[in-house]
Amino acid sequence: MKLLTTNFLTCAVKTCKTSPLSFPLHFKDATLERTEIDYNPLFIRNVLPRVNWDALTTTATELGLQSLVPARNPGTRTETETETDIKDEELRKLHNLLLETGVVEGKLVCGNCGFEYPIKEGVGNFLLPAHLV
Amino acid sequence: MTDSWRNEVQYEDKHVHEVYDQIATHFSATRYKPWPVVDEFLRSLPAGAVGLDVGCGNGKYLPVNKNVFIVASDRSKALVEIAGQHQPHTAIVADTLSLPHPPSRFDFAISIAVIHHLSSVDRRIQAIRAILQTLTPPSRASSGGQALIFVWALEQKNSRRGWDRGGQQDVLVPWVLKPDHASQPDTPARTYQRYYHLYHEGELQDNVIAAGARILSSGYDRDNWWVVIARRD
Repeated sequence: MKLLTTNFLTCAVKTCKTSPLSFPLHFKDATLERTEIDYNPLFIRNVLPRVNWDALTTTATELGLQSLVPARNPGTRTETETETDIKDEELRKLHNLLLETGVVEGKLVCGNCGFEYPIKEGVGNFLLPAHLV
Repeated sequence: MTDSWRNEVQYEDKHVHEVYDQIATHFSATRYKPWPVVDEFLRSLPAGAVGLDVGCGNGKYLPVNKNVFIVASDRSKALVEIAGQHQPHTAIVADTLSLPHPPSRFDFAISIAVIHHLSSVDRRIQAIRAILQTLTPPSRASSGGQALIFVWALEQKNSRRGWDRGGQQDVLVPWVLKPDHASQPDTPARTYQRYYHLYHEGELQDNVIAAGARILSSGYDRDNWWVVIARRD
């Protein structure tokens, strides 16, 4: 379960989706792993504007990785800034954080309903028991 | 949950989910060639686009474009394990009718040969609506996210199944699983029955309109009806 993936996940329970507490989901009992993934600067540069930076900061902080998240999303620039490219070193660090860092075992917990989604061997399971569908 | 809804869920468990878990490896070995319309849709996406593959199966569309990020999902754990190997993408276990994604965040979605496994029109429309809600809405700066949906057609008289207009639309289609002859010489072949709703011409369009979508393009390809849709708001 990559950090980038958790930025695009919320609770599967319908009534939770409208609650701000359901995003991002919160890691619990998480074991981190590193997976080597081909560095693709074009990909990572263009993904950045789509990342919810507050959610990423929350997720990284819960995993003790807050020092790896820049205070501001380097992919979104204000209109007064000139179009300067993001430094390769910065992109590599974000590639490492968003794509190569993940949770291999643990849970993702909804801050609204408290339901815990298990992660096993890196794969999250979001199937709900019948009473929550 | 109503009684009919519960019955439909149980029926799909038996005639869709359990079947795919049983036939996953064999099914996957026969599903490797991307369909051209899907291939083109995925290749036309800009680098860095983020999207969903709802009902990803073995993940055969994940290798098509490595410059986009796809969160793929399927009900079948066995198929998700196979799909999970395609970097930089991700595969998770999830239900099409209860997707764990925040609304309005995705540039694109594909759902290929999935919605025809849902056993009532309400559930098929609800699945389309759920996919639609994940897409970015249109704005001044962009036309919004797009979803490509494929379903099996009733009109396929030249296929080996021979179905055509006017025929039965709700069918059970056998999948014959032959055990490996070398390792299990005495095990007989087993037949699994998969449920399908075969779409007649125009029905997919009706379903996506009922779900609140705007149709961008549509067509027929290799015994399937397909449609590209976007949100209205």
